[in-house]
Amino acid sequence: MAGNVSTLAYVAKHRQRRSLGDPRWMRFTLIGAALLFAGLFLVVPLAAVFTEALRKGWGAYFAAFADKDAQAAIRLTFLAAGIAVPLNLVFGLAASWAIAKFDFRGKSLLISLIELPFAISPVISGLVYVLLFGAQGWLGHYLAAEHPLFPWLQQWLIARDLHIIFAVPGIVLATIFVTFPFVARELIPLMQAQGKDEELAALTLGATGWQTFRRVTLPNVKWGLFYGVVLCNARAMGEFGAVSVVSGHIRGETNTIPLHVEILYNEYNTQAAFAVASLLTLLALVTLVLKNLVEWRHRRALEAAAASDIRQFAT
Amino acid sequence: MSIEARNISKHFGSYTALGGVSLKVETGRLTALLGPSGSGKTTLLRIIAGLEFPDVTADPTAGRVLFHGADVSDMPAGQRGVGFVFQHYALFKHMTVFDNIAFGLTVRPRKTRPSRPEIADRVNELLRLVQLDNLGGRMPDQLSGGQRQRVALARALAMQPKVLLLDEPFGALDAQVRKELRRWLRQLHEQLHVTTVFVTHDQEEALELADEVVVMNQAKIEQVGQPQEVYDRPASPFVIEFLGNVNRLAAGESRLRTPGKDVLYVRPHDVDIQHGSAIRHGLAARVLHIFSAGNYGRVTLARADTGEHFEAEVARDRLRDLQLKQGDDVSVMFRHVRLFPRGEFTEADVRDGKLTETKAGAVPAHGAGEHI
Repeated sequence: MAGNVSTLAYVAKHRQRRSLGDPRWMRFTLIGAALLFAGLFLVVPLAAVFTEALRKGWGAYFAAFADKDAQAAIRLTFLAAGIAVPLNLVFGLAASWAIAKFDFRGKSLLISLIELPFAISPVISGLVYVLLFGAQGWLGHYLAAEHPLFPWLQQWLIARDLHIIFAVPGIVLATIFVTFPFVARELIPLMQAQGKDEELAALTLGATGWQTFRRVTLPNVKWGLFYGVVLCNARAMGEFGAVSVVSGHIRGETNTIPLHVEILYNEYNTQAAFAVASLLTLLALVTLVLKNLVEWRHRRALEAAAASDIRQFAT
Repeated sequence: MSIEARNISKHFGSYTALGGVSLKVETGRLTALLGPSGSGKTTLLRIIAGLEFPDVTADPTAGRVLFHGADVSDMPAGQRGVGFVFQHYALFKHMTVFDNIAFGLTVRPRKTRPSRPEIADRVNELLRLVQLDNLGGRMPDQLSGGQRQRVALARALAMQPKVLLLDEPFGALDAQVRKELRRWLRQLHEQLHVTTVFVTHDQEEALELADEVVVMNQAKIEQVGQPQEVYDRPASPFVIEFLGNVNRLAAGESRLRTPGKDVLYVRPHDVDIQHGSAIRHGLAARVLHIFSAGNYGRVTLARADTGEHFEAEVARDRLRDLQLKQGDDVSVMFRHVRLFPRGEFTEADVRDGKLTETKAGAVPAHGAGEHI
């Protein structure tokens, strides 16, 4: 009798174990495949960047950054990102606020427009800028025209000697275009999921539109916004295609970090190329750490609030 | 402060949410807007709050909202002095309970904003009022549904509103909490006497809690009255069906026939069962099912002539005396019925098998006295 019971218990236990998951070999195969894939495509290249960069030692590594052209490229990259990211932050916030919290005509068109840069190859976007602002493009024709539409504007532009293509403004414009959707795409679904109730509540409590935005909407999306900015920044600094087309590759003037890496690589200066590339890689790692840190702190803040509450109960 | 809504219409595209509704709520009253979903009750509440705006029509007197006689139709929600509690509370997720309640005070312009200690005093006072004294430091997601509801209420009360509007205040809570909170809200109303309007689809909630019930259906108001009045004297087939259990029987083709009246309504507790089919005035029926719980037994019957099913509520003692069994043939008497020709109605008491009209609708009653 007792034997029967224990057998039954064993069978029940065994069955439960079996029903919990797939066979062991299948689990190991799947996990193994996932690890192998991640290792092959993520970890190995990442390690390769740093081993290649440090192949000739720390001296050679830092020498790559001492180069005047390299420093110019770094400065330009930070400038382009420094302009593009804040602009996209403001635009992305405004656009997603409008889309998620208000109803208006042409809303779906606006959403499609925001996504456009994702759908177009960066090279094409670069070419569009060349077509618009290049010497052979619309702007070039306008400047060369004998009887232009607004003579004063032509005079003003010529007097300024404003170059867009093969110059810094072109690089900034191309970067803005390519990174256009990042913040908005992150925020729109988030804001839509949150709905309008909290804003309406703030409204009935007498808050102005600005107070509602600053004290209710913004805090609710701050992590999403931060994440969008991090992604936007990574892309702004790493952008190659569009910038490559409008840059003209003038050393020390219109080269960004990715373009500088390409030049070094093409000149068989592999170690220096990887050294400069490691800067971008480090940037990516820092953003990842930052993101996790922010999430962790947010969680901790919540737990702390709960803990203080329990203390209150105890006293 | 009294609330008046004059001839309010609201369309969303081709959908009519409100079709020319007028309503008056007296000062200090607790009023329920009762109706099924899609009846327009929430839209009406939001229009009173200023969260939604009525359609603009050619008639300048239509689509107006008045508080204590003053037109507030063009006033933004924040200036109407209205406390609004949302169905899902809409608490500010990233703020503590304390900051949620203080919000309405802290967003005031500097001139009228109370000082920090004054705000703290007011918030603590409100926390005591809603019985959440120790929870000021919590985040909303650390609260239960009932607690969140009370925080939302405290937040709305912080600005000392002259009107309190609640959208399905107990809709998202489980039955036990719901009952408790309902009693508590009634108490709170007695204490504060703020003119309060709440929306609900639960007839029990409306009848139990409100001073006055506004029954709405399909973008219109069907009836306004005190709970007892609305329950006892429903003005339309919709109201009688929506409020409480009722049997709906065809009156057209049987001994129940009254010329011009097609539909007969009888509450289960107005149905009396007698043994045998020989009773002179009775309606022949068969017992299908008996279930008794508490003081009352519920008997499901089928009419012999039309086969329609209906229910009777019989006191337990009476049920024992009758010794009913499934499949028994019985005679049924109705104590009180309501008869409706298409759209209109007659109310009648039944004595000695005779209909005695007590109240008639717009169409004159025909053939009163028909035996049942």
